[in-house]
Amino acid sequence: MSNLFDLLVAGLATGAIYALVAVGFTLLWQTSQTINFAQGEFVMLPAFLMLAAMHAGAPFWLAIILGILLSMILLGLAFKMLLVDPMMRHGVLPLAIATMALAIGIKEAVKQFFSAEASPFPPIVPTGDISILGHAVSLQSIGVLAVAILAVLGLTTLLNRTSLGHQMQAAAQNPTVARIIGVPVERMILLTFLINAFLVALASLLITPIYLAKFSSGEVLGQAAFIAAIVGGFNQVRGAIAGGLLIGVLDNLAAAYVSTQYRAAVPMIFLIAVILFRPQGLLGRAEERTV
Amino acid sequence: MKSTLLAGALLAFATATSVHAQAIKLADVAELSGGGATVGTNWKNGIDLAIEEINAKGGVLGRKLEVTHADSQSNPGVARAQVQKALDAEPYVLLGPGYSGSVKVTAPLAAEAGIAQIMGGEAAELTQGGNKFLFRTSFGQQSSMPKVAKYIHDEMKAKTVAVVWVNNDFGRGGRDVVVKELDRLGSKVVADLSTEAGQADFAADVGKIKAANPDAVFVYLNEEESARILKELKRQGVTAPLMGETTLIGQKVIELAGDAANGARGHVGLTTDAPVDLIKGFREKFSKKYNYVPDHNGLKGYLAVYMVKATTEKMGKVDPKKFADTLHGLTIKAADEPGILMDVTFSDTGDIDRQSFLVEVVEGKQVVKQVLPKVK
Repeated sequence: MSNLFDLLVAGLATGAIYALVAVGFTLLWQTSQTINFAQGEFVMLPAFLMLAAMHAGAPFWLAIILGILLSMILLGLAFKMLLVDPMMRHGVLPLAIATMALAIGIKEAVKQFFSAEASPFPPIVPTGDISILGHAVSLQSIGVLAVAILAVLGLTTLLNRTSLGHQMQAAAQNPTVARIIGVPVERMILLTFLINAFLVALASLLITPIYLAKFSSGEVLGQAAFIAAIVGGFNQVRGAIAGGLLIGVLDNLAAAYVSTQYRAAVPMIFLIAVILFRPQGLLGRAEERTV
Repeated sequence: MKSTLLAGALLAFATATSVHAQAIKLADVAELSGGGATVGTNWKNGIDLAIEEINAKGGVLGRKLEVTHADSQSNPGVARAQVQKALDAEPYVLLGPGYSGSVKVTAPLAAEAGIAQIMGGEAAELTQGGNKFLFRTSFGQQSSMPKVAKYIHDEMKAKTVAVVWVNNDFGRGGRDVVVKELDRLGSKVVADLSTEAGQADFAADVGKIKAANPDAVFVYLNEEESARILKELKRQGVTAPLMGETTLIGQKVIELAGDAANGARGHVGLTTDAPVDLIKGFREKFSKKYNYVPDHNGLKGYLAVYMVKATTEKMGKVDPKKFADTLHGLTIKAADEPGILMDVTFSDTGDIDRQSFLVEVVEGKQVVKQVLPKVK
């Protein structure tokens, strides 16, 4: 039982990070029909930007700020203007393939400029335990979970409770009508790209101390988050959050109670089941687009 | 006058050709780029250092050593092609590769050519296939794992052990031997966990270890995964002592795992931190020449060349066909050949017997706690 509790906490902590990345998938899909297959690499890169800042002499807190800002410029602004905008007019598939190429490019560039070997990354939450219901739970897991929940709450508040959020929803649901009523659609789309870049930078900050900074570490994350987004519902932010948490917990439980060798297959089987029996995802709605 | 000059030139050319022909040619195929670049570069530098030393002292039986280096790109397919190319040039001995997978695919080529191959691979199976031309420079798993199991049983007094291993040839080979030995000694394996190469999340695996509550944990993963599991073990508060091999307590693992590596112990066949004067001397020479501290692969490359020297001097002639036969069963003493660094005996299968070390990570540094003697 104690083991189950530990597994659930660890699964939720990992799942919360998947959720952050999966939310980005849904945001980009809703506003610009972009399926970003480089999303995993988007999580890997900010850690290296922060490491580069630290190597240049910046303290950790400053490196975090610089890393997040640079991520928003490179993975938000530049990604949209240099890759998505020129490719979008050719359709979803060429754009998806272009993001695959981008993923390879980012990985190789990191390998070239940093190293093929893993690097350590300092944790933002101190190591140590606290007792919850008589169980020792690591501060790191709690910290990861707390930061991820705060980020998601902040995002949902922005989307549902502010005028800006409503404009973003309008731009996603029906850009033509949104334009007619005066919503600056292009700016709203750019905003979702910037939010996605912020979320992946945050995920990078949370996951890299555990996974280590390595050029290939985005592969697993990107895949898990993609599955999470589909399982939860590609057209709902809350679906992506639920999907992320579910995949994180499922992965850990599968590794513990099914088989460590087949752990990677369990989320995939779950994904197939969802596609067969509920193609819109667990919380998604058929033929509807909202952010 | 013209004819005298011509005769002189011809004589000079003939002499140069003869000196060149007299050099003993070695061929090295190593991981000089790709994932194994650290391994291959250390190995190559070790070779070059040994050759420089030997040639400075007059060579082997009065003949200089020459080596050609080829890059396997850490890829078994490329390694095979490079070894074939190297063998076509009819070297005296083939050196390398360092990766077990590359050794596995190249060993039949060297055996077919009748050329001895001195390599860096450690997978148990390499020397179990009856290849009469293959020689190790370090322990194979069948030599190191019994020492590990004995230490877990005798020194750690562990009655129950959790074994975590990486699901590839390297991990499975080590796991099979250690589980068999632990069973023979009477320590019970209460958790037997396979993990994947490149695995990032070890929460579930560590959860299982925690649930099994073992007296000791044996960790046999690659360096990066070792660092990740060490962090997770610390995160989940596992306090059972940790035992492993070079891959658990290497410098890279310590760098990646930070505090979490402290207290981990490992059996190390070769380490430049060994309390052996000749190894300290090697470390100093290597560091001076290359401006960095070598890892055990630098030692392996260095030893490979001195194995060639000692065996050739034992034969009293340069005979590639008899080289392997001579090295089988040979004991080389460091007192007779200081370049071999520690007394070593080669078995009929090409495996080695040599003293080894028990290392513990203390405050982020490897500390040799015990010298484990030769088995025979």
